[in-house]
Parts: sequence; C-alpha cells; structure tokens
Amino acid sequence: MTGPKQMGRFDRNSAPEGKTALGKVRGLGSARHGGEHWVRERVSSAALLLLGVWFIISLLLLPDLRMDTLAEWLRSPLGFVPMALFVYLCFEHSLEGVKVIIDDYQGDDGGRLFWTIVSLFLHVGVGALALFALARIAFGASA
Amino acid sequence: MARNINRPLSPHLTIWKWGPHMLVSILHRGTGMALSIAGLVLLTWWLLAIAGGAASYKTFTEAATHPLGLFVLIGLTWAFLQHTASGIRHLIMDVGAGFELNTNKTMAYATMAASLLLTLALWAYILLVRA
Repeated sequence: MTGPKQMGRFDRNSAPEGKTALGKVRGLGSARHGGEHWVRERVSSAALLLLGVWFIISLLLLPDLRMDTLAEWLRSPLGFVPMALFVYLCFEHSLEGVKVIIDDYQGDDGGRLFWTIVSLFLHVGVGALALFALARIAFGASA
Repeated sequence: MARNINRPLSPHLTIWKWGPHMLVSILHRGTGMALSIAGLVLLTWWLLAIAGGAASYKTFTEAATHPLGLFVLIGLTWAFLQHTASGIRHLIMDVGAGFELNTNKTMAYATMAASLLLTLALWAYILLVRA
C-alpha cells in the first residue's frame, strides 16, 4: 500500500489545502452525468399516469371483482400487457423515487450506499415476485 | 479544514412560514413513500392471491373488506391520486411554467382539492353504488 494513509475514506466536510468542500468544487461546473436518472423518473411518471388511469378505470368497468373475473381479465391480451407494464413501471418509478429520498436524507456515504443497495434488492425481488404472480395467472393452469 | 459548526446549514422546515406549495411538496414525498411500501406490497399480494387460487383470494378479500383494510385501501387511493396530481404539477414546473406566486399557490391547492374530491367520488361510487 502506497500513498498517504489519511486518503482512505472521502469526507465531504473536510478537504485538503485549506479549502472547504464547497470551495473545492466551486467553478467546476456540473458532473456531466446524473441527468439520465432525472429524465427516466419523469418518463416513468408519464407512463404511469396513463397506466394508472387505465388500472382504475379497468377495475371500475369489470362486472365484479371475483377471482375468476379478474383472472379472465388478466389472461386477455388487453388485461395482461398493460398490467405487466403497470407492475414493472410501479417498481421502476418507486426505485427511482426512493433513490432521491435516500440521496437527500442520507448524508453519510456508507449509509447512502447501504440503503441504495437495500432498496434495489427489495424492489427487484418483490417486483419479480409480482411479475411471477401475473405470469402464473396468465399462463398457469386455470384453477 | 472542517466546516464551522456554528454556521447554519440550509434552513429547514422549522423556520419557514408554511404555505400550500410546501405542504404539497412534502405530501408528494410522503405519499410516494407510502405507495412504495404499502402500495407495492398490496399490489404484489393481490396478484399472488389471484394466482394462488380460491383460498388465498378469500384471505385477501377478507382482509381488504375488513374496516382496517378499507381504511388502508381508501388511504392508498388518496395517496395515489395526490401523488398523481402533484406529479402533474411537477411535470408542469419542470418545463418552467407555473412559478408565478399566485399560479403556483392555486396549482398547489388544486392538487389537494382534486385528490380529496376524486377519492371521495371513487369510494362513494364503490361503497354506495357498486356494493
């Protein structure tokens, strides 16, 4: 291991050469990345606006909410496809939104990394479970 | 050089006079988190219950029609509609519109009025007409 020992972990509140963290970055401009997350969050919100309205109206238009009625609806192309997109985008948009909350309230680098990974694992895991359930309704043997 | 701890960081909730735009901004985050946790769990449970067959769907409907379940469903409906309405407000502000004081205030009030009225209308229809 070479190099100064105190370079181990970046501390946002201290900086070398007698400059504050803000003083160090002032004038450098933007990081030139990070915009994709912002755009993606808005694109998924626009998609969810359409799919959310579709979801509520579809439930209201069904004759009843019995299991067979719902399963039949979710087996049809116009039930399954928008529902699969709705489920996927709900989890995608949630992941993006929770990331903003974590970035805003977790000042500590380690904590931010920890909660980002916890949120990612939970969203991917539970989201996969929800899509599995939908696939089973649509493609499984009808009960 | 460390930050001087006697200097304040950005002023937070406690020092500002509350306005509708602040309330709506906080509601957007609060409802977003509620939907992320309770909303996604419920959506997943609902799909699993349908996939699981008659017995598991019965468990779900019993929980959903229990007074406490209804409270959660009505709460999540409001959270979804409030988040949607304030989301539209954010999309409008993202293109640079709606920053004039009065327009901004009116839009903020409008999101809350819309979410409450739509929740009321939706559940009045479900509980009084459909049930």
